Amino acid sequence: MNDTDIHTVVVATLKSIAPEIEENTLRDDLPLRAQVDLDSIDWLNFLVGLHERLGVDIPESDYGRLITLRDVIDYLGKARSRNSDS
Amino acid sequence: MIEFTLPSMGADMDEGTLLEWKIKAGDTVKKGQVVAVVDTSKAAVDIESWHDGTVLELIATPGDKIPVGTPMALLLAPGETPPATSAESARRASASATVAKRINVSPAARKYAQQHDVDLERVAGTGMQGAVTLKDVERFALARPAATVPEVPHERAVEMRRVIAAAMQRSKRDIPHYYVSETIPMGEALAWLTSANTTRSVVDRLLPAVLLLKAVAITLRRFPELNGFYRDDAFSHAEKVQVGVAISLRQGGLIAPALFDVESKPLQQVMRDLIDLVKRCRAGSLRSSELSEPTITVTDLGDRGSMEVFGVIYPPQVALVGFGRIAQRPWAQDGELKIMPSIKASLSADHRVSDGHRGALFLTELSETLQHPEEFER
Repeated sequence: MNDTDIHTVVVATLKSIAPEIEENTLRDDLPLRAQVDLDSIDWLNFLVGLHERLGVDIPESDYGRLITLRDVIDYLGKARSRNSDS
Repeated sequence: MIEFTLPSMGADMDEGTLLEWKIKAGDTVKKGQVVAVVDTSKAAVDIESWHDGTVLELIATPGDKIPVGTPMALLLAPGETPPATSAESARRASASATVAKRINVSPAARKYAQQHDVDLERVAGTGMQGAVTLKDVERFALARPAATVPEVPHERAVEMRRVIAAAMQRSKRDIPHYYVSETIPMGEALAWLTSANTTRSVVDRLLPAVLLLKAVAITLRRFPELNGFYRDDAFSHAEKVQVGVAISLRQGGLIAPALFDVESKPLQQVMRDLIDLVKRCRAGSLRSSELSEPTITVTDLGDRGSMEVFGVIYPPQVALVGFGRIAQRPWAQDGELKIMPSIKASLSADHRVSDGHRGALFLTELSETLQHPEEFER
């Protein structure tokens, strides 16, 4: 799965929680939670969705690294290649 | 014979539109069973039966707009035998109503007429034996000049705003609110949470919100004057604590259904049920008991909220607990300045029922409860 595929899955997961978002206006270099109104339950459901679709279980200690959409995609890409290597 | 009426669905919902029946004549019904789905401005509500019994007759039909308290169906109590004919029983029911002339009017029609100021004597009846049905009364009301018929908003959002406005207006008009607040240190609680979550997969992770809800439910046991209902100029304290959780809806609007038994459930269960409740709120699908049974409401604006919130009590409740966002704040402890994560908690309470002293004590005890999260699961 390459970056573009991960991007597609991430945006699809976001849409399942915030159906009103418009993908073409979503910037991957700006803080995600400022662009999409996600409270703590939404954020958790987002991470659960990513876990279901991509098999990556993100620990709480890593939340601080996931600010922009790009951060999320990069993190997931690295996590998945780690998973497939082991 | 039992008249099954549309139950209350919270202070701001005074009517609903029947979407579908889940039962038919002849079915056995158990208390708590979902018998119908009713649409309101905020959600499609699964209406639960308050009685055991057998369905004798369905009065309302899908599409009917039904005020709360209007009979929707007739049930036979367990062991009861049915009357000779249902028209006869309707006649018996209307005969006992306080109407000067002897008119055969169905219970649903009578209630509608009452609500919409319709003179029943002027309505032509098209039901059995000339009985006046709900449709007859509705048709009569709609045919009247526009001035006397209330406008029917078409969009759900507009209607939702209207009912919220009515409830909040009523609250501020009737309830003399007082407010107290407290800044609660959350170092202990968050340390406990972080530790509990390191061994949990993301699907089982606990949020600070469940600690807050649990702490409120536990502390409230010792403050009965904050847990109950004020109706007909009197307060009645509720036996159990059922915490209503204020949930904002993505398309705008607010709803505060009960998250049941927070006090007795393990934290993991509270978390699962909270996620499920939020999901169903956003999908617009709740149970009538979730809307009618909260004994107090908690509004937690969360980490994207303001520093503190002073909420409006949701009648007929008598208190509301508000939480702002958890933030790192300067904190004086043992003569030293340190940084402490803390939360500003507020209590809005009905001054007819409690006074500031008790309200302040509640917050002090709530703070104390949150310093010992390890006690929650004992």
